[in-house]
Amino acid sequence: MSAEINTSSPPSSAPPTYPINYTFKIFRGNDKTGEFVDYEVPIDEGMVVLDAILSIQENQDTELAVRWNCKSGRCGSCGMEVNGMPKLACMTRLSDFDPKIPITVTPMKTFPILKDLVSDVSWNYEVNKTIQPFSPDEDSDFIYQQEDIERSREFRKCIECFLCQDVCHVLREHDKKDSFGGPRFFVRSAALHFHPEDTADRSEWLKEGQGGIGHCNITRCCTDVCPEHISITDNAIIPQKEYVVDNYYSILGWIKKQFNK
Amino acid sequence: MTLQIHEHDVIIVGAGGAGLSAAISAAEQGADVGVVCKSLLGKAHTVMAEGGIAASLGNMAPDDDWRSHFLDTMKGGWGLNDPKMAEIHALESPERVLDLERWGAVFDRTTDGKISQRNFGGHRYTRLAHVGDRTGLELIRTLQDKAVSLGIQVYMEYTITEILKDSTGKKMAGAFGYWRVTGLPVLFRAKKIILATGGSGMAYHVNSSSWEYTGDGPAMALRVGAELVDMAFVQFHPTGMVWPLSVKGTLVTEGVRGEGGVLKNSDGERFMFNYIPDAYVGSIADTEEEANRWADGDSSARPPPELLTRDVVARAILNEASEGRGSEHGGAYLDIASQRPTEFILQKLPAMYHQFKELAGIDITKEPMEVAPTCHYMMGGIRVDPETQETCVSGLYASGEAAGGLHGANRLGGNSLSDLLVFGNRAGIHAGQSAQKMKTFPKIPEDNIESAIDHLSFPFKNKSSGEHPFRLRDELQTIMEEYVGIKRDEEGLEKGIKEFQQLRSRDSNLFATGSQSYNAGWQTCFDLINLIDVSLAIAYSALERKESRGAHTRIDFPTPSDPLGKVKFIISLSSGKFNISSVSIPTPRKELLAMIKKDQTKQKSSGKK
Ligand SMILES: Cc1cc2nc3c(=O)[nH]c(=O)nc-3n(C[C@H](O)[C@H](O)[C@H](O)COP(=O)(O)OP(=O)(O)OC[C@H]3O[C@@H](n4cnc5c(N)ncnc54)[C@H](O)[C@@H]3O)c2cc1C
Ligand code: SF4
Ligand code: SF4
Ligand code: FES
Repeated sequence: MSAEINTSSPPSSAPPTYPINYTFKIFRGNDKTGEFVDYEVPIDEGMVVLDAILSIQENQDTELAVRWNCKSGRCGSCGMEVNGMPKLACMTRLSDFDPKIPITVTPMKTFPILKDLVSDVSWNYEVNKTIQPFSPDEDSDFIYQQEDIERSREFRKCIECFLCQDVCHVLREHDKKDSFGGPRFFVRSAALHFHPEDTADRSEWLKEGQGGIGHCNITRCCTDVCPEHISITDNAIIPQKEYVVDNYYSILGWIKKQFNK
Repeated sequence: MTLQIHEHDVIIVGAGGAGLSAAISAAEQGADVGVVCKSLLGKAHTVMAEGGIAASLGNMAPDDDWRSHFLDTMKGGWGLNDPKMAEIHALESPERVLDLERWGAVFDRTTDGKISQRNFGGHRYTRLAHVGDRTGLELIRTLQDKAVSLGIQVYMEYTITEILKDSTGKKMAGAFGYWRVTGLPVLFRAKKIILATGGSGMAYHVNSSSWEYTGDGPAMALRVGAELVDMAFVQFHPTGMVWPLSVKGTLVTEGVRGEGGVLKNSDGERFMFNYIPDAYVGSIADTEEEANRWADGDSSARPPPELLTRDVVARAILNEASEGRGSEHGGAYLDIASQRPTEFILQKLPAMYHQFKELAGIDITKEPMEVAPTCHYMMGGIRVDPETQETCVSGLYASGEAAGGLHGANRLGGNSLSDLLVFGNRAGIHAGQSAQKMKTFPKIPEDNIESAIDHLSFPFKNKSSGEHPFRLRDELQTIMEEYVGIKRDEEGLEKGIKEFQQLRSRDSNLFATGSQSYNAGWQTCFDLINLIDVSLAIAYSALERKESRGAHTRIDFPTPSDPLGKVKFIISLSSGKFNISSVSIPTPRKELLAMIKKDQTKQKSSGKK
């Protein structure tokens, strides 16, 4: 945008004149039936995919279902698939697309579709409940340095958009929802694990519980789609896989397990 | 139609900072708690908060204590604050921030390992506990996890449309609404209800709000006999994005100025030096040199005028633009690039960097941002008891942005998140305790349930000859912006009220098509009914307040009036008619009054030097 309105250096090609008409192919329907409906929307400079959807909702079809809240990439409500790519609709600028080619918008497919662009993500909230919550030492004074929190910080940026869950093949293709937590929850357990005051050991959850981290074969697809640029695989998953190996299979861990049987 | 029915000792409407705080405290009292929210858990407005939580922890400024926080809050609110609420808020916020830390929130640290704090407008000490510029995310996630670990039941994507009373018509007995997914009716029977529904920013086109902010709590409370207070005071945050149009209104945190950003007009002048109000002369730097020293940590210098209260800065930006010194798209330039190194900006304001880079194609470490005022916060809201947060309707409580009284005529940045924690906690404790004392659930007359169910389908009966919900919302926003915006006068307000009354007579013609399942148009019909009530309450209060004070500017009464500085206006509703009355603000207790007087004298004398 800045290059185009900069009058001091003549633009290489003529700046586009807004509004420009874009065509959107939007999934309408639910888990059982559905179809793609075409909508033509006049697009102004700077508009994002969510603007187009809200414009359709306000001017063409008030029944169109979509989730959104912040419109600035902070709440993680508007995850969907744009031309097959998991995206936050509010952060996907239309100037990155060719107006001549229709843009396809579908809901996150890994979860049951409730209506149109809205999927049922409630399974994620159930997984979250299975993770042991923050567990500090009772007499901790909570004194720690900035550098002690940098690692956990990265994971605490997660906005729970579930795009990583949507793209992960363990959930998407193999539907292992009964034995696998998915990248979002490895990020959460990492956030707890690296919290300077946390004392819990979540290796059981990771290994044999709902975590099921062994199913992950480090394809890195989750990292690629994370809008918060969290290095999910390298910084959350691999260290926890190592932790599980170190901890869970350690002799002590083994003895403890025998005891608890 | 099948009716879902749930029963909890305490039902909390809202899962933002206020609702979740209340839920945790009520559950800790042993009450069985249910939380209801319009969106998914963790997506409430609170998640968007950026800058920080005001609390006099004194980690950066050892001289800070609750007294200074109290004084700053009262001064920022132009003396219209409820003094008891301001006292409780200042006293309890440090402990509530420490609660968050104990529950796992990871705040930025000082060099000695404590919670770091940052500067914000109107706070004389470095006071805001923060997590970079995503404090709200940390706050809501922490509360959410705590609530989940306590086993609190959360009803996601349920919208409450009505509060129902018992057969005596005096006591609150339940909350009625629909599940967005199916659109089918749902009834929550409860002993106590806490409204924590947030604000009403959707009343204006240019706002920093989501679709959720339609004033549901205040409107529903009003309709069952509760009162609204301070409704004239709508905060326009001085720095919203202006370009591109699609993000107009999206917030630019005050943290940018707190971390050293400056405001400039098209001549490159730091114009805020020309706008220091009398009440602040003497406590704000009057040269750039001094302001820069302060920003670099010199505690003998006074803070820069960019950190004046939001009402002052918002009016200044408007004035510069209207006098022809505005930025390209009619705002001002907010420049941190020339003040701070790239690395510093990336560490302190990562989300802002991200936001401008991706939405506006602007690199804030290299270029200035363009900003202009955006509707941001409602100082006014449901009138509550300062200690218990109960309204005048027995069993109905309110807290957070939905409640009013604490902030008076203008809210200081950072004082909302602390408000949520302090008064959410109090509402939860009191509602939880008193619910425990009730053996049975109040009975709701069947007829009331029937008519509530019936009401849900009215938009489908109107067919497409009726009123289009999104067009009507547009009209409402236009009226608000034209007549009840930043600058107001009698003629405009009267016109606005007339037009609202017309809108109100049209809202029964709102129409929807299709099924009730996740139907945006249908849902907007109910949101609009609330929005119209709240907008009317704002307009009536603004008309009555014939003075300019804080966020309320009357062109026809440009100065504050002493007698009006001692009263609050209260709105109530009886048989469909708005009533407005005034009550005098309680005098602060002796010790506090003496403190306020001493502070004012001190400032006057330093202003003379
Ligand atoms: C961009 C931005 C930045 C901000 N930065 C700061 C800051 O740095 N510091 C600060 O102190 N303040 C800040 N604020 C203000 C502060 O974030 C809000 O005032 C505060 O979060 C409001 O919290 P709440 O709990 O009252 O309401 P919210 O967090 O808005 O929650 C309201 C809840 O009520 C629910 N609800 C509403 N109506 C209904 C209904 N009819 N039925 C069921 N549920 C309903 C919603 O779904 C939601 O869960 C900021 C605000 C914004 C928008
Ligand atoms: S790296 Fe693992 S968690 Fe991430 S997408 Fe691949 S398999 Fe799934
Ligand atoms: S880890 Fe990233 S992609 Fe996954 S839910 Fe969190 S923010 Fe979204
Ligand atoms: S609407 Fe909040 S992330 Fe898109």
